[in-house]
Amino acid sequence: MLRKTFETELQQLKDEVLVLGSMAEQAILNSVEALKKRDLKASERILEDDRAINKKRFDIENQLMILIATQQPMAHDLRLLASTMEIISELERMGDYAKGIANINIRMGDQPLLKPLIDIPRMAQKDVDMLHRALTAFVNEDVEAARVIPAEDDEVDALYNQVYRELMMFVIQDPKSIERANWLLWVAHNLERVADRVTNICERTIFIATGEMAEIKSTDDEFWKNQS
Amino acid sequence: MTIQTLEIENQTHSTGSDAISLGAKMEVKNMSVFYGKFRALTDINMDIYANKITAIIGPSGCGKSTLLRSFNRMNDLTPSARVEGSILLDGRDITANREDVVDVRRRIGMVFQRPNPFPKSIYENVAYGPRLYGIRRKNDLDQIVEKSLKQAALWEEVKDKLHQSGLSLSGGQQQRLCIARALAVEPEVILMDEPASALDPISTLRIEELMHDIVKEYTILIVTHNMQQAARVSDFTAMMMIDENRSGRMIEFGETKSIFTNPKDKRTEDYVTGRFG
Repeated sequence: MLRKTFETELQQLKDEVLVLGSMAEQAILNSVEALKKRDLKASERILEDDRAINKKRFDIENQLMILIATQQPMAHDLRLLASTMEIISELERMGDYAKGIANINIRMGDQPLLKPLIDIPRMAQKDVDMLHRALTAFVNEDVEAARVIPAEDDEVDALYNQVYRELMMFVIQDPKSIERANWLLWVAHNLERVADRVTNICERTIFIATGEMAEIKSTDDEFWKNQS
Repeated sequence: MTIQTLEIENQTHSTGSDAISLGAKMEVKNMSVFYGKFRALTDINMDIYANKITAIIGPSGCGKSTLLRSFNRMNDLTPSARVEGSILLDGRDITANREDVVDVRRRIGMVFQRPNPFPKSIYENVAYGPRLYGIRRKNDLDQIVEKSLKQAALWEEVKDKLHQSGLSLSGGQQQRLCIARALAVEPEVILMDEPASALDPISTLRIEELMHDIVKEYTILIVTHNMQQAARVSDFTAMMMIDENRSGRMIEFGETKSIFTNPKDKRTEDYVTGRFG
């Protein structure tokens, strides 16, 4: 096969993206678990792990730059490399959302949670499930899967709405709870953004496979419309 | 959930209304070229747009040079060659026997792979063509030589040694001299057959810049094996391949930005990504 070395390097690149993806998945789950258990030490570890995520992203970016400079990619190869640059940035930002949740846990100090966490862990689980399948679709360039996964963002949005309404009830009943409600709202907001970024990864996968530059419309717009 | 397609220019161009709106300088219609019984090219259809650079790419032996040589009837020089179909220049079929081949070649100049200056002075190399076409006055010839060398981005380097041999120049300069020689007879179309393949990278980039500069006044067709060059320099790209009868066919034609980012034909994709060829 012509360009066997380049093919091998592209495969290695995809493997590295999966490693970065699993680091982001782990960070999201761990950050919510630490919050649920109010485990501050675990949250400190997430902050450290985020530095590893950032480093991994830069390593892959460097690998991408070398491939672009040395292999002069065209057509599908060009779309793959350009899109991978975008995807690793999405994954790195997901790591930042997990870091944000860890920071909230640390800032809460010894204050108890306003309420037991039920929907927030569900959001995290759904995010990770979507992300995992989106990355599988990316590696396999599975356009069909990439077109279907973003619709599941609606479930995350529904959970977010539920958390939002519930927290508003707490605030109405006891205005002093506003700060503790806000913390949880930020957590939920971070998790809601993760699902949006999964959609971006799916858009890139469709572009790699077909060349079709398409935006998958977010239902967030409707959410904000309903809030007003 | 809905999918909105963003505006992305991705359409390919062929004959028809697009050709008119872009201004087709030349039109190839159902052209086949035969060498004796062998059909070297089959049913080529393409438009060459005015003041644009069109690149012809494809693996070795796919008929790129045969196609290029058809545009100024260089194939006439091969005794067994025969052309079917037509090539229109401003709407007039230049393959017709009644056409004056010398005039066709004046209107459609050519630059070859290896620089081939005449063993004459730099001045004489450029003045040779205009003189052949009847320009005798020294003043007129001086003007043509200066203008042509300036267009070919060579004037500054040679203005003080116009009477030295053209062969004393470097390879890159010799090729620019050949371009100046081609420009001196004021052609409308310039054919370039791998014009930079024998040159170093700096000379190659100079030729490419020169192409960008002169395309405002000319229409350029370039055959190149260097896909990066085709991507860098051309507005349109034609991809050729041989079929099962070893005859050259055009399998895709479109805007260069589409061919190199999202080709429609799998064979083009494989070729531009280096998977075969």
